[in-house]
Amino acid sequence: MSGNILEMHGISKEFTGVKALSNVNFKVEKGEIHCLIGENGAGKSTLMKVLSGVYPYGTYEGDIVFEGSVQQFNKISDSVKAGIVIIYQELALFPDLTVYENIFAGNEIKQGGIVDWNRTIAEAKKMLDKVKLDVNPEILVKDLSVGKQQLVEIAKALSKDVKLLILDEPTAALNEDDSENLLDLLGELKKQGITCIMISHKLKEVISIADKATVLRDGQTICTLDAAKGEISENVIIKNMVGREIEDIYPKRPNKTFGDPVLELRSWSAYAVHLGRQVVKDVNFHVKKGEIVGIAGLMGSGRTELALSIFGNPKSYKLQGELLVDGVPKTLKHPSDAIRSGIAYVTEDRKGDGLFLIQDIKNNISAANLKRVAVNGVINDNEEVKETAEYKKSMYIKASSLEQVVGNLSGGNQQKVSLGKWLFVGPKLLILDEPTRGIDVGAKFEIYTIMNQLIEEGMSIIMISSELGEVLGMSDRVYVMAEGQMKGELSIEEANQESIMQLATQ
Amino acid sequence: MEFINEAKTLFKDNIRDYGMYIALFVIMLTFTIMTDGLFMSSRNISNMLDSTGYIAVLAVGMTLVIVIRHIDLSVGFVAGFLGAIAAILLTGMGVPFYITIPVILALGIFVGLFNGLLVAKFGIPSFVATLAGMLIFRGALLQVTEKTGTIIIKDDGFNAIGNGFIPSVMQVNGLHLLTLILGLLAILLYIYSEISTRTKKINYQFEVVSKGIFIVKLVFVSAIISYITWILAGYNGFSWTVVIMLLVVVVYHFLTTKTVLGRHIYAVGSNPEAAHLSGINVNKITYIVFGSMGMLAALSGILFTSRLQSATTTAGTLFELDAIAAAYVGGVSSAGGVGKITGAIIGAVVMASLSSGMNLLGVGVSLQYMIRGGVLAGAVIFDVMTRKKRG
Repeated sequence: MSGNILEMHGISKEFTGVKALSNVNFKVEKGEIHCLIGENGAGKSTLMKVLSGVYPYGTYEGDIVFEGSVQQFNKISDSVKAGIVIIYQELALFPDLTVYENIFAGNEIKQGGIVDWNRTIAEAKKMLDKVKLDVNPEILVKDLSVGKQQLVEIAKALSKDVKLLILDEPTAALNEDDSENLLDLLGELKKQGITCIMISHKLKEVISIADKATVLRDGQTICTLDAAKGEISENVIIKNMVGREIEDIYPKRPNKTFGDPVLELRSWSAYAVHLGRQVVKDVNFHVKKGEIVGIAGLMGSGRTELALSIFGNPKSYKLQGELLVDGVPKTLKHPSDAIRSGIAYVTEDRKGDGLFLIQDIKNNISAANLKRVAVNGVINDNEEVKETAEYKKSMYIKASSLEQVVGNLSGGNQQKVSLGKWLFVGPKLLILDEPTRGIDVGAKFEIYTIMNQLIEEGMSIIMISSELGEVLGMSDRVYVMAEGQMKGELSIEEANQESIMQLATQ
Repeated sequence: MEFINEAKTLFKDNIRDYGMYIALFVIMLTFTIMTDGLFMSSRNISNMLDSTGYIAVLAVGMTLVIVIRHIDLSVGFVAGFLGAIAAILLTGMGVPFYITIPVILALGIFVGLFNGLLVAKFGIPSFVATLAGMLIFRGALLQVTEKTGTIIIKDDGFNAIGNGFIPSVMQVNGLHLLTLILGLLAILLYIYSEISTRTKKINYQFEVVSKGIFIVKLVFVSAIISYITWILAGYNGFSWTVVIMLLVVVVYHFLTTKTVLGRHIYAVGSNPEAAHLSGINVNKITYIVFGSMGMLAALSGILFTSRLQSATTTAGTLFELDAIAAAYVGGVSSAGGVGKITGAIIGAVVMASLSSGMNLLGVGVSLQYMIRGGVLAGAVIFDVMTRKKRG
């Protein structure tokens, strides 16, 4: 080992008032595999974006020293030129191009402006050999499995003379064989002198492969652990990952009485046709009347897919198992069926599939249940204004009027509109998917307060959340998901950050 | 002072909606001055409205199609083809016009539903699906008119739709009495509905515009209706085409602004995924919108054929593009979810005014196309700019 290939000193990065990174120090030694660990939102991806020039020099504080000299990357191509390549979780391949075209996309082998395809194919073969991928370079990338596509990405990085390879959760979408394969390859590359930074949520992988591991939390470096000194163990990592006290922003509910199950799933599985894999596997699950059930798990663990398989039941899912509402088996073929059965789903991506951004607050709130303010299909405008105004008030939506366009509201207020829209339906079970993502503490508290009120009124809530504090602070019972499976069910007394993390990173 | 301030804010908040009306007013005023008043003569306005009817009804349907993020290129030749079928039914088979018309409309709905099927069920991009329809119906039109060439229609009842006027009952000072009565009724109905809306709002204790503004608005709109009525009464009165056009506008305006169906159409247009997750059947809405487009294409075919009193081999050529242009001038957005029925009709009248005015001025066809193209681009630029400002 010969010194540090990368040193990041005192990196700070702000997004309009929110500190994403504050004074982060990060050192990577040449030729090692260095894992970067932290909860969702700890600042891992932001740090890597600073490093790769996605956030150009000058938009952050601090220095990047790569191979001994201070770097000023203004765009991604600058960092690539220096030998730093990032492979993101969502692969950046062109599915309808061939393997060799993908490997040399943006880096074409050419002579006088004309691409030399024969040499390209020959070079591509060499790169594929290096990553031990035995496929014909002339087939289309979309015809490869996700695991093989990942290898093509790495081959692409190798074609650019990579010195420092960064992988953002490379195994998140892979099955076990492919994951193992990939980790072996990283070991191979290490022998060839390529340094590697890997962001991962799977602690077992980290333990098996990492030379060092740096833990980030709330935008700060917590510690760097060294495998050679025997410091990398599951307990140490988890303790450093979660270590903060839960602040008391979770309002308490005095009387907790639960009734019969409102929703129950038995051996419930969902196969996503468009992804070609099982996204929900053999889940047994229930929610009682008057209960908040938390579903914890890391990103990509199948929580949203579970919610959609219950509610949206998109045509692209093939379902198996039994779904019971109030003890009665049901087949819900369309969201309208679920709504009729009293189920509502507040989506994770409120801008993408939750709200009608170009429409006003009134239209958004009434959208899922116009019948309530209509007679024979004709809307009573005044009644609509009156009733939606009540939700604007009880949801604490801050806006000048009901006619304000939802796209112009803050994230917190948008989320409250989204919630109001579903309460307007009068459901008995509310599925909240990341109910407080990207909103400020004040709005969070208001949403928690609303949740407690709803429970008092006899509703039940399923809360999917990546924020452990929220799961522990609000739930009466916690399920932990990973890889599409329910890895465990914890009573709120048993649940703590360590026990949840342990199940989620299995 | 307060009155002026309120007027100012109202104007600023609604600049996008008023923009078209102002544009139409400016265009009409310019042509009236340039033609020494010939443009606003009873005869010219009456002719202009009659000649734009078959585009206006298409523009109404097209607006909804564009609102749900699709397009329908087949409507021109569907109109031409169904017009020819109408001619064959009337002349070749002697079917009376009051049976022919519903049959043709039903066929239109069927064609529209078929387009909807291709788009919703098979997921073919609407541009391609309806481009195929355009070619198919162009061929079909040629085939049914191949042997006979132009089919002359001699059915007076049918021909009246495109050329006739509502009966006069009697003339008063050379003015068309029934037209005057209808105009007066329209004004009374308008004032009544506005007052009743306002009263209901006050009962709910909602904010309403001040009495001053309200009265100005009532007087202003009533004056416009009276003026148009008076102009048309000075010639032959309301034509059947104008009556049909108004009927389509009133029905569609009501559907889009007052009903659950209308709200669902705009919901699907502004965010199909969110609409689906709100329990709205996106496919059903797609069928309904394309079905309505087909029906209006059939109506357009009836209006055009009846106006020419014959079915020709080239009927319907470029109707779809005129309708799309009118819809865009009327403020529809291809990003979906935005566009009004009143906008579509104003857009159609703007385009018709340009043609009519330039014809009166003797502007050459080549220049006419360029100017109309410029106005189309300008209207969309205005739309995009005002939206950004509000966004």
